Amino acid sequence: MAGTLAVTEHKGGALRKVSREVVAAARQLADALGGTVDAIVVGAPGVDAAGADLGGAGADRVLVATHDSFGRYTPDGYAATIAAQAKAGGYAAVVVAATATGKDLAPRLAVLLDVPLASDVTGLAVELGTVVATRPVYAGKAIQQVALNAAPALVSIRPNSFAPGVAGHAGAVSNVNAALGAARVTVRDVRAAQQGALDVAEAPIVVSGGRGLKAPEHFKLIEDLARALGTAAVGASRAVVDAGWRPHGEQVGQTGKTVSPELYVAVGISGAIQHLAGMRTAKIIVAINKDKDAPIFKVADYGIVGDLFEIVPRLTEEIAKVRAG
Amino acid sequence: MKIAVCIKRVPDTEARVKVAGDGVSIDEAGVKFILNPYDEYALEEALQRKEQAGAGEVVVVTLGPEAAQETIRTALAMGADRGVLLKCDAIPADGLAVAKALAGELKDGGYDLVLFGKLAVDDANHAVGPMVAELLGLPCVTAVVKLELEGGTGTAERETEGGVEVVDFAQPAVLTCEKGLNTPRYPALKGIMAAKKKPIEAKPVAFEAGRYAVQSLSLPPDRKEGRIVGEGLGAVSELVRLLRTEAKVI
Repeated sequence: MAGTLAVTEHKGGALRKVSREVVAAARQLADALGGTVDAIVVGAPGVDAAGADLGGAGADRVLVATHDSFGRYTPDGYAATIAAQAKAGGYAAVVVAATATGKDLAPRLAVLLDVPLASDVTGLAVELGTVVATRPVYAGKAIQQVALNAAPALVSIRPNSFAPGVAGHAGAVSNVNAALGAARVTVRDVRAAQQGALDVAEAPIVVSGGRGLKAPEHFKLIEDLARALGTAAVGASRAVVDAGWRPHGEQVGQTGKTVSPELYVAVGISGAIQHLAGMRTAKIIVAINKDKDAPIFKVADYGIVGDLFEIVPRLTEEIAKVRAG
Repeated sequence: MKIAVCIKRVPDTEARVKVAGDGVSIDEAGVKFILNPYDEYALEEALQRKEQAGAGEVVVVTLGPEAAQETIRTALAMGADRGVLLKCDAIPADGLAVAKALAGELKDGGYDLVLFGKLAVDDANHAVGPMVAELLGLPCVTAVVKLELEGGTGTAERETEGGVEVVDFAQPAVLTCEKGLNTPRYPALKGIMAAKKKPIEAKPVAFEAGRYAVQSLSLPPDRKEGRIVGEGLGAVSELVRLLRTEAKVI
């Protein structure tokens, strides 16, 4: 019976959190379609340590493809290797993460496998043997349901949308062949992000600042609050990114990143349609704004009306105290 | 330097979305359409490269209905030399179908670079650019924030969750452009006038249908009505208590 292939990512020898979500999504499809879950790990020799806990994430088998040139993501080689396995394994579905790497990789797989791709999927179902993907479009202003009438059904899933699996599976490790593909581009260097910096698209907590902060240096308030909350990333509204206060990688909204964290804190952000579109799927939204009529309060689970320059330092202090206590 | 820029006509990011009677597409009544914001970075990059080279041609290619001519005119007003419209009744939701049509058009064009926006803000597939590259067998770098070209090669930087990747490639290549690459220009009046005389070639295009079958388009569930915890400093302790005991997120 055809199984499901989960395409994993690792960083610094450790499996990325989103990969546990990818395996969980693959598990969900395999349970509905029948068949088993294979999780593929691609990297330089020695990478198989990253595969060690994939059984715990829900994989029946772990397939490791290594090559000396795979220490960094190489689009052509990774795509060729995964596509070759996808063909050889005759899978009913292939699941990729909609990360920077996955967004680069998945379209190439679509061409190599000649199947359509459902990108940035937040839900999956199987109806009469067909994979049906749910995905936000218009940056979350609408939800599309699409049936993938092709084998394999190829999807990339949005981080923080599938609960990581906990079921114990065999996770038996075996090696599969690496393919180099045409090697048309070379990743010459990777300049690591600031140590411990989290990406807004993947962080479980996001604290975003907007025009209400009045000056770029006041983002220190946002950074301090993020630090007090623990595993939190700093986000920004389009207005402050366009003003050059913050890097565009932090922008949340329709022309920035779409996020679904557990907790989203909007500070000094009024809530333009294009911003709300990018964060409305957060589980809990907190808003701090001096204007009680700001649209952000319509979607905020908890709002405080007032001066952010007073409120945010106090909030940071109290959260730090509660979390330490 | 001959550069193709693939652009898309999309609803304005400030537009409210309503579902059309067919249940699978948006109601376009009253919706303003714009050039996809990420495509502006692609177009700006192409124009700057041509200007630096002192010679060349920037061709905008789009796929869409007759109304997409307006989107091409916008790009021509910014400075592109000519446009190609791959004409269809509606843009397919299947990115691979779109990519195959574009690849067919671009294949024998003799382009040094083919530029795309990182994604279209409507379908958010972030897929058509790398698909076209793969179909044409060309090098591809996605979500480029910095670009250097020299002779027949180039180096691009792209941001990932872990840092910045520096990627070498040979031309011809396909690049998708991210915000931050440049600052797109506004069309000047002179450009708008000149655009009226620039050529747009329209060609019908057909697709393989049914593999990416949109079953429904719906509005997201409303969030429950927002709630103000209080005003000023006095509300902070209550907020922390609610986050801890009710929402259980801290």
